Amino acid sequence: MHEVDMTKCLILSMEEWADKKNKEKIVVEKINLQIGEFTCVEPISLINTFNAAVLGSWLDSSEINIETIPFEGKCSKCRKSYFPKKENGYKSPCCNLNLEEIISGRELKIASIDFREK
Amino acid sequence: MHLPISDKIELNILHQNSHQAEKNKVKFNNHNLLCLNIMSSPGAGKTRLLEITLEDLSKKFQSAVLEGDMTTNLDAIRLEKLNIPVVPITTGRACHLDANMVNGGLKLLEKKINPDLLDILLVENVGNLVCPAEFEIGEHFKVALLSITEGEDKPLKYPIMFREADLILITKVDLLPYLNFDINELRSNIISTNPKADVIEVSSITKTGFDLWQKWISNKILKFKK
Repeated sequence: MHEVDMTKCLILSMEEWADKKNKEKIVVEKINLQIGEFTCVEPISLINTFNAAVLGSWLDSSEINIETIPFEGKCSKCRKSYFPKKENGYKSPCCNLNLEEIISGRELKIASIDFREK
Repeated sequence: MHLPISDKIELNILHQNSHQAEKNKVKFNNHNLLCLNIMSSPGAGKTRLLEITLEDLSKKFQSAVLEGDMTTNLDAIRLEKLNIPVVPITTGRACHLDANMVNGGLKLLEKKINPDLLDILLVENVGNLVCPAEFEIGEHFKVALLSITEGEDKPLKYPIMFREADLILITKVDLLPYLNFDINELRSNIISTNPKADVIEVSSITKTGFDLWQKWISNKILKFKK
């Protein structure tokens, strides 16, 4: 299950970030993620995996907050943006064209970290 | 108690993997070595495709394989019979290769052969239609296989894999006469998910489509080496 690998990557990134802040002197309260709808990540699974992985660690009291970024594309003909739907083959409703350009929905991002100093 | 501080970092969760993938790609480029990432569900025919492909390909281009599998090296053993350098990468419980694993594999490959002598490195990823699509390994091109026994709807059900692919190989087409399968519906679903991907129908039994597949590879190698 790749939420485990995602969690490992997330914790490594947090370690890297915290080393620059002097890890012993801070408490991470919230890790704000942006996860796109057009990714392979299931937000609930990521949160559960993270919570299990950080038990007893310096991130034990931190909480994951996930903002889901909508899957949005752009019509290659009229340039209008739209929300592609699997049911109609991701085609643009305006011109019925195939999805060529994705504007958003592929994000796997740590947007910000809320912390306080001890 | 201090007030909370919000640090906006805007960092890709997988940035360490992406960073290592970039380093892998630089290594490949320095060796003038084209790298293909071959992905599919388990049983779509990756290893058999490579067996047939490399019989001819290795006569024209110096080839090597990194062979990813979760728990065995059975596929690596099959490909070693072709007398080309093969490095098995056993991932344990990971359902995909990542950039670190491929970096490790490349270091083992360097002990078998000088990569400067190679033209192409084929990386057979772990059989999985989900995870490999999200984890870059430093490849130049992604090749996704889909066998006709899996059904016409798979590009819609697993869109990330097929969206990310540069080439989609429809495999086992020799079975078409025996299945109630609509190849045009599959092609339509592929185009819906990824209108830019090249698509080739192949059969490892009849060698249908192998001329086009070999030509695709040759063109990529020759263009890369210019």
